[in-house]
Amino acid sequence: MHMADALLSPAVGGTMWVATAGAIAFCAKKVQQDLDDRKIPLMGVLGAFIFAAQMINFTIPATGSSGHLGGGMILAILLGPHAAFLTIASVLTVQALFFADGGLLALGCNIFNLGVFPCFIAYPLIYKTLAGDRKSPMRIAIGATLAGIIGLQLGALGVVLETVLSGISELPLEAFLWAMLPIHLAIGLVEGLVTTAVISFVWKARPEILEYSATSRPLGNLSITKVLTGLALAAVITGGVLSWFASSFPDGLEWAMAKTSGQEELAAPEKGIHHFLAGIQEKTAFLPDYAFQTNEQEPASQEKTPPSWLTVDTGSTVSGLVGGCLTLMLAIAIGFLFRKRNQIM
Amino acid sequence: MAKIESTFSDLSRLDALAARDSVIARLDPRVKLLTAVVFVLCVVSFDKYVIAAMLPFALFLSLIMGLGGIPANFILKKLVLVSPFALLLGMFNPFLDQQILLYLGPIPISGGWISFLSILLRFCLTVGALLILIATTGFNGVCMAMEKMGMPKIFAVQLLLLYRYIFVLMDEGQQMYRARALRSFQGRGTDMKTFGHLIGGLLLRTLDRGQRIHLAMLCRGFDGTIRTRRAPRLITRDILLFVLSCLILITMRRYDCSLLLGQLLTGFAQ
Repeated sequence: MHMADALLSPAVGGTMWVATAGAIAFCAKKVQQDLDDRKIPLMGVLGAFIFAAQMINFTIPATGSSGHLGGGMILAILLGPHAAFLTIASVLTVQALFFADGGLLALGCNIFNLGVFPCFIAYPLIYKTLAGDRKSPMRIAIGATLAGIIGLQLGALGVVLETVLSGISELPLEAFLWAMLPIHLAIGLVEGLVTTAVISFVWKARPEILEYSATSRPLGNLSITKVLTGLALAAVITGGVLSWFASSFPDGLEWAMAKTSGQEELAAPEKGIHHFLAGIQEKTAFLPDYAFQTNEQEPASQEKTPPSWLTVDTGSTVSGLVGGCLTLMLAIAIGFLFRKRNQIM
Repeated sequence: MAKIESTFSDLSRLDALAARDSVIARLDPRVKLLTAVVFVLCVVSFDKYVIAAMLPFALFLSLIMGLGGIPANFILKKLVLVSPFALLLGMFNPFLDQQILLYLGPIPISGGWISFLSILLRFCLTVGALLILIATTGFNGVCMAMEKMGMPKIFAVQLLLLYRYIFVLMDEGQQMYRARALRSFQGRGTDMKTFGHLIGGLLLRTLDRGQRIHLAMLCRGFDGTIRTRRAPRLITRDILLFVLSCLILITMRRYDCSLLLGQLLTGFAQ
């Protein structure tokens, strides 16, 4: 369920980061305006509670396998969407940093998938509507279960779209959707049922906790539409800008780097390092079948325009392999060297 | 149970590593965080069929790991533990992309296998960078750096409080798990209803704890605003090191260093 850096392109990852950062800033402002400073320590301990709850497993009925709690919907019900979003974001940050779930770039996607959908879509539109303020156990149960399912379905959809748009994995959209959505339908159902079990326990033992969280929040519908429009706008704009970078140049980041670092030598490769290397290559032509002769004829275009995978099957393959293996060995050697030194010290 | 205890011990282990002193640990957290961001962006922006050009980045990580005194087998073990998702999604590439891209002697190698290897390498590099960042900087350092770079204060406080109580509550979760395991056999007591009661109880205790913490904060003069420790000022050495590491990373991104090395070697071999 957690997105990984390895499957993301910079454009998609960057877009999701911008959207997520916007949502965090918005929610931080909202929570601060709330003027309920009891929530500040409560958010912290509830975040830690999610970790503790994930340590205890349960048996999933009819399958015999065991699962554990996700917890997004419980947080939304107890804290309200804004504070819950910040708490979920903090939980995911700790998971990314310490348990290596996802990565630095993927964190934006993960917070979006697991935070925005449950807090700003499933909670207000489904749980609030179904459970209402009257708090009958049946309505709470149906609301929590349905909201859990829908939130997770949207999250899974997010993972699929982000992966396919990044284009690192070859999985086609349709097959990936057919694999992800049914699995997450089942996971969402279980999550919803567990959420219901926990919330109804709280409702029976200490109903005032749910009463408090249902009433104390000045939650207008307006703010949520605002959040969603803002997010959509931000995503469209950054996505547009980044994809323009990515499409009009074969390698957007590379182009941007060359631009910003101002390396004019690239335009005049006769003088630069390419020429030097082409010279070496010419003298030492290893495996004449490979296409380095053409490389020599038009080094400028070779270096600049084709996507780098095309260079894979030119004469550079062997050198790439040799150099790559050597670099890897060097990396390992450095590791051993330091290990020796540490042991001596 | 083994998995739960290892999760907990990993957290403590990383925390202990971050508390140690080393050349890397003494750097400003902002410098390390930004370098990690540049590193990840460089790795992720490679085309999907690139392998060799990414390997110098492993060299970079290896160097930092050595300077920071981080045990390599710990990082490698964690990488193996968390790899399934990337592995699962990358696994389909060899089946879906069968266009032959290169010949290794007589063996044809399809684009799918290359991109699969590339995904695995990306995974190791990005996750490795993250683990090394946290193991040399510590959570408080990373939070401070993010706050200095514009993260809302309330979110920084949320992260710090969460981290403060994670150890307490995970201990509690572990105790509950052990107590249940000792009293029930053959998976009894693990059904969802009992789980709901168990977790519900933990939740109520957590809420009470939140209230106690709030009262304690009020007693110590909490007025709704939170004061975090101010970051030390950036010194020239930190800035110079940051510029240097960025230059190295961008050079490695711009030029295929493995290829250059290989060309030199094959050149000499001739």
